[in-house]
Amino acid sequence: MSDTRIDRRFKALKAEGRAAFVTYVMAGDPNYDAALEIVKGLPGAGADIIEVGLPFTDPMADGPAIQQAGLRALAGGMTLKKTLKLISEFRQDDNDTPIVLMGYYNPIYSYGVDQFLTDATSAGVDGLIVVDLPSEEDKELCLPAREAGLNFIRLATPTTDDKRLPKVLANSSGFLYYVSIAGTTGAAAPKASDVATALTRIRKTTDLPIAVGFGLRTGAQAAEIAKIADGAVVGTALVEQVALGSNDKDSVNRVLELAREISAGIRSVKKT
Amino acid sequence: MAKLNSYRTGPDETGHFGIFGGQFVAETLMPLILELDAAYEASKKDPEFAKELSGLLKNFVGRESPLYFAERLTEHYGGAKIYLKREDLNHTGAHKINNCMGQILLARRMGKKRIIAETGAGQHGVATATVAARFGLECAIYMGETDIERQKPNVFRMKLLGADVIPVKSGARTLKDAMNEALRDWVTNVDDTFYIIGTVAGPHPYPELVRDFQCVIGEETRRQIMEAEGRLPDTLLACIGGGSNAMGLFHPFLDDEKVEIIGVEAAGHGIDTDKHAASLKGGRPGVLHGNRTYLLQDDDGQILEAHSISAGLDYPGIGPEHSWLNDIGRVKYVNATDAEALDAFQLCCKLEGIIPALESAHALAYLEKLAPDLPKDHIIVINLSGRGDKDIFTVADALGVEL
Ligand SMILES: Cc1ncc(COP(=O)(O)O)c(C=O)c1O
Repeated sequence: MSDTRIDRRFKALKAEGRAAFVTYVMAGDPNYDAALEIVKGLPGAGADIIEVGLPFTDPMADGPAIQQAGLRALAGGMTLKKTLKLISEFRQDDNDTPIVLMGYYNPIYSYGVDQFLTDATSAGVDGLIVVDLPSEEDKELCLPAREAGLNFIRLATPTTDDKRLPKVLANSSGFLYYVSIAGTTGAAAPKASDVATALTRIRKTTDLPIAVGFGLRTGAQAAEIAKIADGAVVGTALVEQVALGSNDKDSVNRVLELAREISAGIRSVKKT
Repeated sequence: MAKLNSYRTGPDETGHFGIFGGQFVAETLMPLILELDAAYEASKKDPEFAKELSGLLKNFVGRESPLYFAERLTEHYGGAKIYLKREDLNHTGAHKINNCMGQILLARRMGKKRIIAETGAGQHGVATATVAARFGLECAIYMGETDIERQKPNVFRMKLLGADVIPVKSGARTLKDAMNEALRDWVTNVDDTFYIIGTVAGPHPYPELVRDFQCVIGEETRRQIMEAEGRLPDTLLACIGGGSNAMGLFHPFLDDEKVEIIGVEAAGHGIDTDKHAASLKGGRPGVLHGNRTYLLQDDDGQILEAHSISAGLDYPGIGPEHSWLNDIGRVKYVNATDAEALDAFQLCCKLEGIIPALESAHALAYLEKLAPDLPKDHIIVINLSGRGDKDIFTVADALGVEL
């Protein structure tokens, strides 16, 4: 596989001596236009990688905030097709920031895997995170995605032990997403010391960059993680800002403001 | 498709029945599911496990359940001879406890301290709360708010049995949403919690192990019908929510090609409306709750809400093995509407002195189309999966009666 935007971004950040700020927002939340504005604004607010959530009716690993964001998006008529359109509109003025599409398998399966890979690639998607496709189901999408030149990014969790880890890593690329707690998105923040132990263990098995997420809400928390990981992922806290906004403009501003704060936290940590 | 030597060998080692089944879960759950699979495989090889289970099924559940010749229903339709497999007579009033007893023994072997389950009609919740009480394990039951409203007696039963009933407020607040919430609980409480899934759905090995624990229904039926009639039945009939009572009856007969097998899905207001729960007839293959199976979904692959008057059938999916049996044509799947089920419910009360569960009434409803034209020596066995005490409020409401 040749280098993707994700690979290039992690190499550049390594040279720069800092961790990546990985953001997650839901496509179509609060609506198409405002979500597009959020995504377009995120790189300027310090995001190094953007995960775009693909809405699904039954997100079994998500907490209430992301569940509701998905339902808001669906209520506004968001679909997989429109999610890809949003990404291609973003790509018109940003050819560098990596985009990872994150969601559940059924909308992709329903769209048709081959057609999806063709359309996602031409929209400018760089990687995929599909929550309900563990390595046991690699034939479904992971292997075809790799073939199509997309990174298939895998989650490792506290339940992923040393025996299982190589299997999880086998066909993954781009980075490894370490989910720092057993739970749904938006649960309590992890203890940095537990995360450090886990990362030491995982690094014995892989050279992939490791981004850590689940439960990070503030610049200070993200900075703690940035000291030990190659990236910090923030999702629920950003998604909550969308819901708090009194109108679209306010939602956009709130998300970007929080992103700037967290980005400053991450950038304050210099690594050698 | 080439003819198979046996229809009973599934799933394959990756947990698939043809293209259906599989293990579509978040990574957090994968190690737990593999652990469950290993524990289940070990239990199959352990005669002590089978002995303990069959002792409990006999003395606690009250098995075996009778195979009862429904003389007056037979007379009423004037055709085939109708037998009822009386799962309604089990302790807690439905087939659900067969599976719960098996799974709780697995949970104990695995050293789990806490039990969770989803429930629709509340029958699986009651059965789970019952076995959890019996073995002194903490128990939380997820139930949609809509179902809590329409199955109040069962909600109170679960509470009496010491379970924590957690109302689910997402989606249409029915079975699908309860299952989402139970999965979220499991993702969070990975160390001490065992998830007792109530039907032949979910990630492998659930469809297989729930089926195996329910097969006692069909195995007994084989013995009983041989005793009563000296031969196998001509037709088997069962209602389908996720499909566990049906699979339990059907599976031991799958290789008897002369036995016609029919599953009845819930057609709600009719399958040409948007208010039904017939995933095979109104859906297409997709991935939800850990397996690939037929699902009610829109063009974008978003899951649609099901509708049935019966909470236990109100689910937009179906167990993966049923999807496979449908596609290969071994089992025929039909459906019955809310109205047809209500009629059959009342008929069974009046003619047989048995109040059936609204779920089971869907199977009974199909008799109207099937039985009259068949010869008198044609034998039909219907799985009377549960009793209808829990449903009297719903039925009263549908009939415009105030209680
Ligand atoms: C009496 C009864 N029959 C049938 C069902 C449907 O489930 P399954 O299709 O798994 O048997 C239920 C579910 O609650 C039930 O309570």
